[in-house]
Amino acid sequence: MPVALTEADRSRLNGDHGEAAALATRILVETGAVMGAERLIDIASAHVDGCLYHGLAGLEFAERLVSGGARVSVPTTLNVSSMDLLHPERGRGDPASAENARRQMDLYVAMGCRPTWTCAPYQLPRRPAFGEQVAWAESNAIVFCNSVLGARTNRYGDFIDVCAAIAGRAPLAGLHLDDERRARLLLRLEGVSTRLMASDAPYPVLGHVLGKEAGTAVAAIGGLPADTGEDRLKAIGAAAASSGSVAMFHALGITPEAPTLEAATGGSEVAEIAVTAARLRAARDELATATGDALGAVSVGTPHASLAELERLAGLVAKRRPVVPFYVNTARDILAEAERRDWVGSLGAAGVEIVTDTCTYLTPIVEAGGGPVMTDSGKWAWYAPANLGVEVVFGGLEECVASAAAGRVVRDESLWADG
Amino acid sequence: MAEPRTLVAGTGRGAALVLSEALSFWGGINPSNGEVIDVRHPQRGANVSGRVLVLPSGRGSSSSSSVLAECLRAGTAPAAIVLAEADPILALGAIVARELFGRTIPVVVADARDVRDGVDITVRASEGSVDVGS
Repeated sequence: MPVALTEADRSRLNGDHGEAAALATRILVETGAVMGAERLIDIASAHVDGCLYHGLAGLEFAERLVSGGARVSVPTTLNVSSMDLLHPERGRGDPASAENARRQMDLYVAMGCRPTWTCAPYQLPRRPAFGEQVAWAESNAIVFCNSVLGARTNRYGDFIDVCAAIAGRAPLAGLHLDDERRARLLLRLEGVSTRLMASDAPYPVLGHVLGKEAGTAVAAIGGLPADTGEDRLKAIGAAAASSGSVAMFHALGITPEAPTLEAATGGSEVAEIAVTAARLRAARDELATATGDALGAVSVGTPHASLAELERLAGLVAKRRPVVPFYVNTARDILAEAERRDWVGSLGAAGVEIVTDTCTYLTPIVEAGGGPVMTDSGKWAWYAPANLGVEVVFGGLEECVASAAAGRVVRDESLWADG
Repeated sequence: MAEPRTLVAGTGRGAALVLSEALSFWGGINPSNGEVIDVRHPQRGANVSGRVLVLPSGRGSSSSSSVLAECLRAGTAPAAIVLAEADPILALGAIVARELFGRTIPVVVADARDVRDGVDITVRASEGSVDVGS
Protein backbone atom coordinates (compact mmCIF):
# COMPACT_ATOMS: atom_id res chain seq x y z
CA MET A 1 0.00 0.00 0.00
CA PRO A 2 1.44 3.40 -0.93
CA VAL A 3 1.59 6.06 1.79
CA ALA A 4 -1.24 8.63 1.38
CA LEU A 5 0.08 12.19 1.16
CA THR A 6 -1.38 15.58 2.05
CA GLU A 7 -1.03 18.69 -0.13
CA ALA A 8 1.83 19.86 2.08
CA ASP A 9 3.64 16.49 1.84
CA ARG A 10 3.29 16.56 -1.95
CA SER A 11 4.57 20.11 -2.10
CA ARG A 12 7.68 19.13 -0.10
CA LEU A 13 8.15 16.05 -2.27
CA ASN A 14 8.00 18.22 -5.41
CA GLY A 15 10.81 20.41 -4.16
CA ASP A 16 8.75 23.53 -3.36
CA HIS A 17 10.61 23.77 -0.02
CA GLY A 18 14.04 23.03 -1.43
CA GLU A 19 15.97 19.94 -2.39
CA ALA A 20 16.69 18.83 1.16
CA ALA A 21 13.01 18.84 2.16
CA ALA A 22 12.24 16.82 -1.00
CA LEU A 23 14.97 14.26 -0.20
CA ALA A 24 13.80 14.05 3.43
CA THR A 25 10.18 13.48 2.38
CA ARG A 26 11.18 10.88 -0.22
CA ILE A 27 13.02 8.88 2.46
CA LEU A 28 10.10 9.24 4.91
CA VAL A 29 7.61 8.01 2.31
CA GLU A 30 9.75 5.05 1.18
CA THR A 31 10.59 3.97 4.72
CA GLY A 32 6.95 4.60 5.68
CA ALA A 33 5.90 2.06 3.06
CA VAL A 34 8.36 -0.48 4.54
CA MET A 35 6.80 0.16 7.96
CA GLY A 36 3.27 -0.26 6.58
CA ALA A 37 2.24 3.35 7.28
CA GLU A 38 -0.95 4.55 5.61
CA ARG A 39 0.01 8.21 6.00
CA LEU A 40 2.42 10.63 7.70
CA ILE A 41 1.62 12.52 10.91
CA ASP A 42 2.92 15.73 12.50
CA ILE A 43 5.57 15.35 15.18
CA ALA A 44 6.28 17.69 18.09
CA SER A 45 10.04 17.11 18.39
CA ALA A 46 12.92 14.93 17.28
CA HIS A 47 16.10 13.41 18.70
CA VAL A 48 18.74 12.80 16.06
CA ASP A 49 21.43 10.11 16.16
CA GLY A 50 22.79 10.70 12.64
CA CYS A 51 25.30 13.25 13.97
CA LEU A 52 27.55 10.39 15.09
CA TYR A 53 30.32 9.66 12.57
CA HIS A 54 30.51 6.08 11.27
CA GLY A 55 32.23 6.75 7.95
CA LEU A 56 31.87 8.91 4.86
CA ALA A 57 28.29 7.83 4.00
CA GLY A 58 26.82 9.67 7.00
CA LEU A 59 28.96 12.72 6.34
CA GLU A 60 27.97 12.85 2.65
CA PHE A 61 24.30 12.56 3.63
CA ALA A 62 24.58 15.54 6.00
CA GLU A 63 26.45 17.54 3.35
CA ARG A 64 23.74 16.76 0.79
CA LEU A 65 21.07 17.98 3.21
CA VAL A 66 22.87 21.20 4.16
CA SER A 67 23.68 22.07 0.54
CA GLY A 68 19.99 21.47 -0.24
CA GLY A 69 18.99 24.11 2.32
CA ALA A 70 17.90 21.81 5.17
CA ARG A 71 16.48 23.33 8.38
CA VAL A 72 14.74 21.33 11.08
CA SER A 73 11.12 22.43 11.55
CA VAL A 74 10.58 21.08 15.09
CA PRO A 75 12.72 21.31 18.27
CA THR A 76 15.51 18.78 17.72
CA THR A 77 18.14 17.51 20.15
CA LEU A 78 21.38 15.78 19.12
CA ASN A 79 22.73 12.46 20.31
CA VAL A 80 26.31 11.81 21.34
CA SER A 81 29.02 12.23 18.76
CA SER A 82 32.39 10.54 18.57
CA MET A 83 34.25 13.42 20.28
CA ASP A 84 34.33 15.04 23.69
CA LEU A 85 34.35 18.69 22.62
CA LEU A 86 34.72 19.89 26.21
CA HIS A 87 37.76 17.64 26.82
CA PRO A 88 39.22 17.00 23.32
CA GLU A 89 42.65 16.01 24.72
CA ARG A 90 41.11 12.74 25.98
CA GLY A 91 40.40 11.29 22.51
CA ARG A 92 42.99 8.97 20.96
CA GLY A 93 41.29 8.33 17.59
CA ASP A 94 42.94 8.98 14.23
CA PRO A 95 43.04 12.69 13.25
CA ALA A 96 41.33 12.26 9.83
CA SER A 97 38.31 10.56 11.38
CA ALA A 98 38.21 13.15 14.15
CA GLU A 99 38.10 15.93 11.56
CA ASN A 100 35.28 14.21 9.66
CA ALA A 101 33.41 13.63 12.92
CA ARG A 102 33.78 17.30 13.81
CA ARG A 103 32.54 18.35 10.36
CA GLN A 104 29.50 16.07 10.68
CA MET A 105 28.63 17.56 14.08
CA ASP A 106 28.85 21.09 12.64
CA LEU A 107 26.53 20.17 9.76
CA TYR A 108 23.80 18.98 12.12
CA VAL A 109 24.09 22.15 14.19
CA ALA A 110 23.90 24.15 10.93
CA MET A 111 20.53 22.52 10.24
CA GLY A 112 19.21 24.06 13.47
CA CYS A 113 19.56 21.07 15.83
CA ARG A 114 20.47 21.86 19.47
CA PRO A 115 24.04 20.80 20.31
CA THR A 116 22.97 18.74 23.33
CA TRP A 117 25.31 15.80 22.50
CA THR A 118 23.56 13.35 24.77
CA CYS A 119 22.07 9.88 24.49
CA ALA A 120 19.74 10.77 27.39
CA PRO A 121 17.71 13.74 26.07
CA TYR A 122 14.97 12.68 28.48
CA GLN A 123 17.15 14.04 31.31
CA LEU A 124 17.03 17.57 29.85
CA PRO A 125 14.43 20.01 31.19
CA ARG A 126 12.13 20.05 28.16
CA ARG A 127 10.98 16.56 27.33
CA PRO A 128 8.01 15.12 25.44
CA ALA A 129 4.63 15.04 27.17
CA PHE A 130 2.54 11.90 27.66
CA GLY A 131 0.84 10.90 24.41
CA GLU A 132 2.88 13.30 22.24
CA GLN A 133 3.97 12.02 18.80
CA VAL A 134 7.72 12.46 18.27
CA ALA A 135 10.53 10.95 16.18
CA TRP A 136 13.47 9.78 18.26
CA ALA A 137 16.54 7.79 17.33
CA GLU A 138 19.14 6.26 19.72
CA SER A 139 17.91 2.90 20.94
CA ASN A 140 17.97 3.65 24.69
CA ALA A 141 16.24 7.02 24.23
CA ILE A 142 13.53 5.38 22.10
CA VAL A 143 12.70 2.86 24.85
CA PHE A 144 12.67 5.53 27.56
CA CYS A 145 10.50 7.86 25.51
CA ASN A 146 7.85 5.21 24.85
CA SER A 147 7.98 3.34 28.15
CA VAL A 148 8.64 5.94 30.83
CA LEU A 149 7.41 9.21 29.28
CA GLY A 150 4.51 7.61 27.40
CA ALA A 151 5.34 9.77 24.38
CA ARG A 152 5.23 7.91 21.06
CA THR A 153 8.08 7.11 18.72
CA ASN A 154 9.07 4.24 16.51
CA ARG A 155 12.53 2.75 16.44
CA TYR A 156 13.95 5.35 14.09
CA GLY A 157 17.44 4.94 12.73
CA ASP A 158 20.12 7.31 11.48
CA PHE A 159 19.02 9.36 8.40
CA ILE A 160 15.24 9.11 8.89
CA ASP A 161 15.56 10.88 12.26
CA VAL A 162 16.72 14.13 10.66
CA CYS A 163 14.34 13.64 7.71
CA ALA A 164 11.45 13.61 10.20
CA ALA A 165 12.87 16.71 11.93
CA ILE A 166 13.13 18.59 8.60
CA ALA A 167 9.64 17.69 7.38
CA GLY A 168 8.09 17.73 10.87
CA ARG A 169 6.44 14.44 9.87
CA ALA A 170 6.76 10.74 10.61
CA PRO A 171 5.15 7.57 9.19
CA LEU A 172 2.01 6.57 11.12
CA ALA A 173 2.87 2.98 12.03
CA GLY A 174 4.10 0.81 14.86
CA LEU A 175 4.38 2.46 18.27
CA HIS A 176 2.64 5.64 17.13
CA LEU A 177 -0.56 3.53 17.27
CA ASP A 178 -2.48 2.40 20.42
CA ASP A 179 -2.70 -1.29 19.55
CA GLU A 180 0.99 -1.71 18.82
CA ARG A 181 1.89 -0.44 22.29
CA ARG A 182 0.19 -3.33 24.09
CA ALA A 183 2.30 -5.97 25.84
CA ARG A 184 2.45 -9.35 24.08
CA LEU A 185 4.55 -11.03 26.76
CA LEU A 186 4.89 -10.91 30.55
CA LEU A 187 8.18 -11.31 32.43
CA ARG A 188 7.51 -11.90 36.12
CA LEU A 189 10.23 -11.65 38.78
CA GLU A 190 10.00 -14.68 41.06
CA GLY A 191 12.07 -15.58 44.11
CA VAL A 192 14.35 -12.56 43.74
CA SER A 193 15.38 -11.00 47.07
CA THR A 194 14.21 -7.56 48.20
CA ARG A 195 17.84 -6.80 49.01
CA LEU A 196 18.94 -7.45 45.42
CA MET A 197 16.11 -5.32 44.03
CA ALA A 198 17.04 -2.51 46.45
CA SER A 199 20.44 -2.25 44.73
CA ASP A 200 21.13 -0.92 41.21
CA ALA A 201 22.81 -4.08 40.00
CA PRO A 202 19.86 -6.22 38.82
CA TYR A 203 18.17 -3.62 36.58
CA PRO A 204 20.53 -3.71 33.57
CA VAL A 205 20.72 -7.49 34.01
CA LEU A 206 16.92 -7.72 33.89
CA GLY A 207 17.06 -5.53 30.76
CA HIS A 208 19.48 -8.00 29.19
CA VAL A 209 16.98 -10.83 29.89
CA LEU A 210 14.15 -8.67 28.49
CA GLY A 211 16.05 -8.08 25.23
CA LYS A 212 16.77 -11.78 24.82
CA GLU A 213 13.17 -12.85 25.56
CA ALA A 214 11.23 -10.07 23.82
CA GLY A 215 13.37 -9.50 20.70
CA THR A 216 11.29 -6.83 18.95
CA ALA A 217 8.08 -7.34 20.98
CA VAL A 218 6.58 -5.08 23.66
CA ALA A 219 6.71 -6.90 27.00
CA ALA A 220 5.42 -6.13 30.49
CA ILE A 221 7.54 -6.70 33.60
CA GLY A 222 5.80 -7.70 36.83
CA GLY A 223 7.23 -7.76 40.34
CA LEU A 224 9.41 -4.64 40.30
CA PRO A 225 9.47 -2.56 43.51
CA ALA A 226 6.77 0.15 43.38
CA ASP A 227 9.38 2.88 43.88
CA THR A 228 11.52 1.86 40.86
CA GLY A 229 12.77 5.22 39.58
CA GLU A 230 13.77 6.66 36.22
CA ASP A 231 17.47 5.77 36.49
CA ARG A 232 16.66 2.09 36.98
CA LEU A 233 14.07 2.09 34.19
CA LYS A 234 16.71 3.73 31.97
CA ALA A 235 19.14 0.89 32.80
CA ILE A 236 16.55 -1.78 31.94
CA GLY A 237 15.70 -0.13 28.59
CA ALA A 238 19.28 0.49 27.47
CA ALA A 239 20.27 -3.15 28.03
CA ALA A 240 17.08 -4.48 26.41
CA ALA A 241 17.72 -2.36 23.31
CA SER A 242 21.22 -3.85 23.04
CA SER A 243 20.63 -7.59 23.51
CA GLY A 244 17.31 -7.23 21.67
CA SER A 245 15.47 -4.67 19.57
CA VAL A 246 13.14 -3.58 22.34
CA ALA A 247 11.54 -0.18 21.66
CA MET A 248 9.05 -0.22 24.53
CA PHE A 249 8.29 -2.13 27.74
CA HIS A 250 5.78 -1.75 30.53
CA ALA A 251 6.68 -1.90 34.23
CA LEU A 252 3.43 -2.93 35.90
CA GLY A 253 2.20 -0.38 38.43
CA ILE A 254 5.07 1.98 37.51
CA THR A 255 5.10 3.14 33.88
CA PRO A 256 2.22 5.33 32.69
CA GLU A 257 0.51 2.94 30.29
CA ALA A 258 0.62 0.01 32.72
CA PRO A 259 -1.33 0.79 35.90
CA THR A 260 -2.50 -2.86 35.69
CA LEU A 261 -1.62 -5.95 33.66
CA GLU A 262 -4.92 -5.58 31.85
CA ALA A 263 -4.14 -1.99 30.84
CA ALA A 264 -0.71 -3.09 29.56
CA THR A 265 -2.01 -6.01 27.49
CA GLY A 266 -5.35 -4.51 26.46
CA GLY A 267 -6.97 -7.52 28.10
CA SER A 268 -5.37 -10.16 25.84
CA GLU A 269 -3.89 -13.36 27.21
CA VAL A 270 -0.12 -13.23 26.98
CA ALA A 271 2.66 -15.77 27.47
CA GLU A 272 4.36 -15.54 30.86
CA ILE A 273 8.04 -16.11 31.65
CA ALA A 274 9.38 -16.39 35.21
CA VAL A 275 12.63 -14.51 35.87
CA THR A 276 14.33 -16.12 38.88
CA ALA A 277 17.48 -15.19 40.82
CA ALA A 278 19.26 -18.02 38.97
CA ARG A 279 18.26 -16.52 35.61
CA LEU A 280 19.55 -13.10 36.72
CA ARG A 281 22.87 -14.61 37.85
CA ALA A 282 23.26 -16.35 34.49
CA ALA A 283 22.43 -13.13 32.61
CA ARG A 284 24.90 -11.18 34.76
CA ASP A 285 27.61 -13.66 33.81
CA GLU A 286 26.64 -13.41 30.12
CA LEU A 287 27.39 -9.69 30.32
CA ALA A 288 30.99 -10.40 31.31
CA THR A 289 33.74 -11.56 28.95
CA ALA A 290 36.40 -11.83 31.67
CA THR A 291 36.54 -14.04 34.76
CA GLY A 292 38.84 -13.68 37.76
CA ASP A 293 39.45 -10.51 39.71
CA ALA A 294 41.85 -8.56 37.45
CA LEU A 295 40.74 -4.96 36.88
CA GLY A 296 42.13 -2.32 34.48
CA ALA A 297 39.59 0.50 34.73
CA VAL A 298 35.96 1.30 35.53
CA SER A 299 33.46 3.02 33.24
CA VAL A 300 29.98 4.10 34.35
CA GLY A 301 27.35 6.53 33.07
CA THR A 302 26.01 4.69 30.00
CA PRO A 303 23.46 5.97 29.09
CA HIS A 304 24.65 9.39 30.30
CA ALA A 305 24.53 9.74 34.09
CA SER A 306 21.67 11.75 35.56
CA LEU A 307 22.20 14.37 38.26
CA ALA A 308 21.06 11.88 40.89
CA GLU A 309 23.59 9.31 39.64
CA LEU A 310 26.43 11.87 39.71
CA GLU A 311 25.50 12.84 43.26
CA ARG A 312 25.49 9.21 44.35
CA LEU A 313 28.85 8.53 42.66
CA ALA A 314 30.39 11.65 44.24
CA GLY A 315 29.31 10.39 47.67
CA LEU A 316 30.65 6.88 47.09
CA VAL A 317 34.10 7.87 45.76
CA ALA A 318 34.57 10.42 48.55
CA LYS A 319 34.62 7.43 50.94
CA ARG A 320 36.55 5.01 48.72
CA ARG A 321 39.02 6.61 46.35
CA PRO A 322 39.67 4.71 43.09
CA VAL A 323 43.18 3.39 42.48
CA VAL A 324 42.47 2.43 38.83
CA PRO A 325 41.28 4.88 36.11
CA PHE A 326 37.58 5.65 36.67
CA TYR A 327 35.37 7.27 34.02
CA VAL A 328 31.81 8.58 34.14
CA ASN A 329 29.91 9.69 31.03
CA THR A 330 27.34 12.46 31.22
CA ALA A 331 25.75 15.25 29.20
CA ARG A 332 27.28 18.74 29.15
CA ASP A 333 24.00 20.22 30.50
CA ILE A 334 23.98 17.79 33.42
CA LEU A 335 27.69 18.51 34.03
CA ALA A 336 26.97 22.25 34.24
CA GLU A 337 24.23 21.58 36.78
CA ALA A 338 26.52 19.25 38.79
CA GLU A 339 29.25 21.91 38.80
CA ARG A 340 26.88 24.35 40.47
CA ARG A 341 26.33 21.80 43.23
CA ASP A 342 30.05 21.12 43.61
CA TRP A 343 29.79 17.40 42.90
CA VAL A 344 32.20 17.85 40.01
CA GLY A 345 34.80 19.06 42.53
CA SER A 346 34.31 15.94 44.65
CA LEU A 347 34.53 13.65 41.62
CA GLY A 348 37.69 15.40 40.40
CA ALA A 349 39.28 15.23 43.86
CA ALA A 350 38.74 11.46 43.84
CA GLY A 351 40.38 11.21 40.41
CA VAL A 352 37.19 10.41 38.46
CA GLU A 353 37.36 11.55 34.83
CA ILE A 354 34.13 13.04 33.51
CA VAL A 355 33.50 12.46 29.80
CA THR A 356 30.85 14.53 27.99
CA ASP A 357 29.41 14.77 24.45
CA THR A 358 30.41 11.21 23.58
CA CYS A 359 30.53 7.82 25.27
CA THR A 360 33.52 5.75 26.33
CA TYR A 361 32.38 2.78 24.24
CA LEU A 362 32.47 4.92 21.08
CA THR A 363 35.68 6.80 21.48
CA PRO A 364 39.07 5.43 22.56
CA ILE A 365 39.36 7.28 25.87
CA VAL A 366 39.54 4.52 28.49
CA GLU A 367 43.10 3.60 29.55
CA ALA A 368 42.84 0.13 31.06
CA GLY A 369 46.43 -1.02 30.54
CA GLY A 370 45.22 -4.23 28.93
CA GLY A 371 43.11 -5.22 31.96
CA PRO A 372 39.34 -5.81 31.98
CA VAL A 373 37.00 -2.85 32.36
CA MET A 374 34.21 -3.03 34.92
CA THR A 375 30.91 -1.30 34.18
CA ASP A 376 27.46 -0.96 35.73
CA SER A 377 25.89 -0.67 32.26
CA GLY A 378 24.42 -3.59 30.33
CA LYS A 379 24.81 -1.58 27.12
CA TRP A 380 28.49 -0.80 27.73
CA ALA A 381 29.16 -4.45 28.60
CA TRP A 382 27.39 -5.50 25.39
CA TYR A 383 29.17 -3.22 22.90
CA ALA A 384 32.60 -2.35 24.34
CA PRO A 385 34.32 -5.71 23.63
CA ALA A 386 33.72 -5.34 19.85
CA ASN A 387 34.13 -1.55 19.69
CA LEU A 388 37.22 -1.19 21.87
CA GLY A 389 38.69 -4.68 22.00
CA VAL A 390 38.56 -4.76 25.81
CA GLU A 391 37.38 -7.49 28.18
CA VAL A 392 34.45 -6.51 30.43
CA VAL A 393 33.14 -7.33 33.89
CA PHE A 394 29.69 -6.30 35.06
CA GLY A 395 28.77 -5.04 38.55
CA GLY A 396 26.44 -2.58 40.27
CA LEU A 397 27.69 0.96 40.98
CA GLU A 398 28.68 0.11 44.56
CA GLU A 399 30.60 -2.95 43.37
CA CYS A 400 32.28 -0.78 40.70
CA VAL A 401 33.42 1.77 43.30
CA ALA A 402 34.53 -0.92 45.80
CA SER A 403 36.48 -2.66 43.02
CA ALA A 404 38.11 0.57 41.82
CA ALA A 405 39.24 1.28 45.39
CA ALA A 406 40.60 -2.24 45.85
CA GLY A 407 42.25 -2.38 42.42
CA ARG A 408 40.60 -5.75 41.75
CA VAL A 409 37.06 -6.98 41.08
CA VAL A 410 35.15 -7.11 44.37
CA ARG A 411 31.69 -8.61 44.40
CA ASP A 412 28.98 -9.14 46.95
CA GLU A 413 27.91 -12.64 45.86
CA SER A 414 25.36 -12.87 48.71
CA LEU A 415 23.36 -10.09 47.05
CA TRP A 416 22.49 -12.42 44.16
CA ALA A 417 21.30 -15.34 46.33
CA ASP A 418 17.81 -16.77 45.90
CA GLY A 419 15.23 -14.63 47.72
CA MET B 1 6.62 -16.85 9.88
CA ALA B 2 6.00 -13.39 8.41
CA GLU B 3 4.56 -13.02 4.88
CA PRO B 4 7.25 -12.66 2.17
CA ARG B 5 7.68 -8.99 1.34
CA THR B 6 10.01 -6.67 -0.54
CA LEU B 7 11.39 -3.95 1.71
CA VAL B 8 13.91 -2.67 -0.85
CA ALA B 9 13.69 -3.86 -4.47
CA GLY B 10 16.61 -5.18 -6.52
CA THR B 11 18.50 -8.31 -7.51
CA GLY B 12 21.48 -9.78 -5.68
CA ARG B 13 23.41 -13.02 -6.04
CA GLY B 14 26.03 -14.65 -3.84
CA ALA B 15 26.85 -17.51 -1.50
CA ALA B 16 24.43 -17.59 1.40
CA LEU B 17 25.69 -16.60 4.85
CA VAL B 18 23.11 -17.95 7.27
CA LEU B 19 23.24 -16.33 10.72
CA SER B 20 21.69 -18.29 13.57
CA GLU B 21 21.03 -15.14 15.65
CA ALA B 22 19.89 -11.55 15.09
CA LEU B 23 22.70 -9.04 14.44
CA SER B 24 23.07 -5.31 15.03
CA PHE B 25 25.10 -3.88 12.11
CA TRP B 26 26.37 -1.12 14.39
CA GLY B 27 28.75 -2.73 16.85
CA GLY B 28 28.28 -6.00 14.96
CA ILE B 29 29.94 -5.43 11.57
CA ASN B 30 33.15 -3.59 10.73
CA PRO B 31 32.16 -1.51 7.67
CA SER B 32 35.75 -1.23 6.44
CA ASN B 33 35.97 -4.98 5.70
CA GLY B 34 32.51 -6.50 6.29
CA GLU B 35 33.60 -8.72 9.19
CA VAL B 36 31.19 -9.79 11.96
CA ILE B 37 32.78 -8.34 15.12
CA ASP B 38 30.02 -8.86 17.72
CA VAL B 39 31.94 -10.95 20.28
CA ARG B 40 28.79 -12.72 21.49
CA HIS B 41 27.54 -13.65 18.02
CA PRO B 42 27.87 -17.34 17.07
CA GLN B 43 29.18 -16.37 13.59
CA ARG B 44 31.78 -13.88 14.84
CA GLY B 45 34.63 -13.67 12.32
CA ALA B 46 32.44 -14.44 9.27
CA ASN B 47 32.46 -11.86 6.48
CA VAL B 48 29.21 -10.48 4.99
CA SER B 49 30.76 -8.87 1.86
CA GLY B 50 29.19 -10.15 -1.33
CA ARG B 51 27.17 -12.79 0.53
CA VAL B 52 23.39 -13.20 0.59
CA LEU B 53 22.94 -12.50 4.28
CA VAL B 54 20.15 -14.59 5.82
CA LEU B 55 19.25 -13.65 9.40
CA PRO B 56 16.30 -13.78 11.82
CA SER B 57 16.18 -9.99 12.33
CA GLY B 58 18.20 -6.86 12.94
CA ARG B 59 19.01 -6.00 16.52
CA GLY B 60 19.71 -3.13 18.84
CA SER B 61 21.32 0.01 17.61
CA SER B 62 19.56 2.72 15.62
CA SER B 63 22.92 3.39 13.91
CA SER B 64 22.69 0.15 11.93
CA SER B 65 21.23 2.12 8.99
CA SER B 66 24.44 4.20 8.89
CA VAL B 67 26.65 1.13 9.02
CA LEU B 68 24.80 -0.57 6.13
CA ALA B 69 24.99 2.63 4.03
CA GLU B 70 28.70 2.88 4.85
CA CYS B 71 29.21 -0.79 3.80
CA LEU B 72 27.47 0.02 0.49
CA ARG B 73 29.72 3.05 -0.02
CA ALA B 74 32.87 1.14 0.87
CA GLY B 75 31.98 -1.93 -1.22
CA THR B 76 31.81 -4.27 1.78
CA ALA B 77 28.02 -4.79 1.86
CA PRO B 78 26.22 -8.12 1.49
CA ALA B 79 24.78 -8.87 -1.99
CA ALA B 80 21.28 -9.07 -0.48
CA ILE B 81 19.64 -9.28 2.94
CA VAL B 82 16.96 -11.87 3.69
CA LEU B 83 15.18 -11.37 7.03
CA ALA B 84 12.65 -13.57 8.81
CA GLU B 85 11.16 -10.42 10.37
CA ALA B 86 10.97 -6.92 8.80
CA ASP B 87 13.59 -4.42 9.98
CA PRO B 88 12.95 -0.84 8.86
CA ILE B 89 16.39 0.29 10.11
CA LEU B 90 18.26 -2.00 7.70
CA ALA B 91 15.86 -1.13 4.86
CA LEU B 92 16.54 2.54 5.55
CA GLY B 93 20.31 2.07 5.13
CA ALA B 94 19.72 0.54 1.67
CA ILE B 95 17.22 3.28 0.68
CA VAL B 96 19.63 6.07 1.65
CA ALA B 97 22.59 4.43 -0.13
CA ARG B 98 20.55 4.40 -3.35
CA GLU B 99 19.82 8.14 -2.90
CA LEU B 100 23.47 8.97 -2.16
CA PHE B 101 25.48 6.60 -4.34
CA GLY B 102 22.92 5.23 -6.81
CA ARG B 103 23.79 1.80 -5.42
CA THR B 104 21.68 -0.51 -3.28
CA ILE B 105 20.87 -4.13 -2.46
CA PRO B 106 17.58 -5.97 -2.13
CA VAL B 107 16.25 -6.28 1.42
CA VAL B 108 13.42 -8.78 1.79
CA VAL B 109 11.37 -10.69 4.31
CA ALA B 110 11.20 -14.34 3.24
CA ASP B 111 11.12 -17.87 4.58
CA ALA B 112 14.73 -18.97 4.05
CA ARG B 113 14.77 -21.92 6.46
CA ASP B 114 15.78 -24.26 3.63
CA VAL B 115 18.72 -22.13 2.51
CA ARG B 116 22.04 -23.84 3.31
CA ASP B 117 25.07 -21.80 4.29
CA GLY B 118 27.57 -21.40 1.44
CA VAL B 119 25.15 -22.32 -1.37
CA ASP B 120 24.87 -19.77 -4.21
CA ILE B 121 21.46 -18.12 -4.27
CA THR B 122 19.78 -15.22 -6.04
CA VAL B 123 17.33 -12.77 -4.49
CA ARG B 124 14.95 -11.09 -6.95
CA ALA B 125 12.73 -8.53 -5.29
CA SER B 126 10.27 -6.14 -6.86
CA GLU B 127 7.16 -4.45 -5.58
CA GLY B 128 4.77 -7.33 -4.99
CA SER B 129 7.14 -10.24 -5.59
CA VAL B 130 10.01 -11.88 -3.73
CA ASP B 131 12.01 -14.80 -5.07
CA VAL B 132 14.83 -16.41 -3.11
CA GLY B 133 16.27 -19.32 -5.10
CA SER B 134 19.04 -20.69 -7.23
